[in-house]
Amino acid sequence: MGMITPRARVEGLGSAKSGTDHWWGQRVTAVALAILTPLFLVGFVRMLGRPHEEVLAFYGRPLNALFAALFIAAAFVHLKQGLQVVIEDYVHSPALKTTAFLANTLLTTAFAAAGIFSLAIIALR
Amino acid sequence: MSGSEHGAAVGRGARPLSPHLQVYRLPLTAVMSILHRVTGCALMGGGVALVWWLVAAATGAGAFGFVNWLLTSWIGGLGMIVFGAALMYHLCNGIRHLVWDAGFGYEKPEVAASNKVVLGAAAALTVVLCLYAWLT
Repeated sequence: MGMITPRARVEGLGSAKSGTDHWWGQRVTAVALAILTPLFLVGFVRMLGRPHEEVLAFYGRPLNALFAALFIAAAFVHLKQGLQVVIEDYVHSPALKTTAFLANTLLTTAFAAAGIFSLAIIALR
Repeated sequence: MSGSEHGAAVGRGARPLSPHLQVYRLPLTAVMSILHRVTGCALMGGGVALVWWLVAAATGAGAFGFVNWLLTSWIGGLGMIVFGAALMYHLCNGIRHLVWDAGFGYEKPEVAASNKVVLGAAAALTVVLCLYAWLT
């Protein structure tokens, strides 16, 4: 304790450099998804299997597109955080671990962007 | 757990061995914990299917026609039911995790009871989801 500055002591992070951000972030997206999942599913489940024009009209309405976009954003952030913990637990080789982290970040970001971008195209048609 | 006789055999006293996965019957709580992680990973597949459907809808009638046909075919429909069940389980058990995080329900009888609540709620919501998809 003697070799630590007062500021480092109140920050409480030590040599780990980061604290509970990841854990807390997963709870924040979990609460968001507990609310957004029903809001999204009520529309999506009804639209699945419907004709193209009907799906376009449905997500052309602002609230429907907004709930879907928010759900996709929260879901893919939550997926990224969850899959990261799974990789940390099971992948031990440094090279494989770095590759898996990289793939996780790139894929979840790309899929979230693709989903939201498609919704924007449909909504702003 | 009946690890004591094995413990005595190797001279470590009557202390129980740690659970050996091949002979240890996992309690329901443990199975449900593992299932939370399994369903979470599987839902990445559901997310990919959802995004594919949306990209196809934004692309045009031809692309949408194929994905729509695939997701509503018998194998695709079965996949949607599995993803729906995985999502309902992960949602219900995730809400229980938030209750635990708030500091409630850690006693063994409480966990035994909430196991049943989560499984019941997830099963009921999956049935409701399927009926809703079927009827609307």
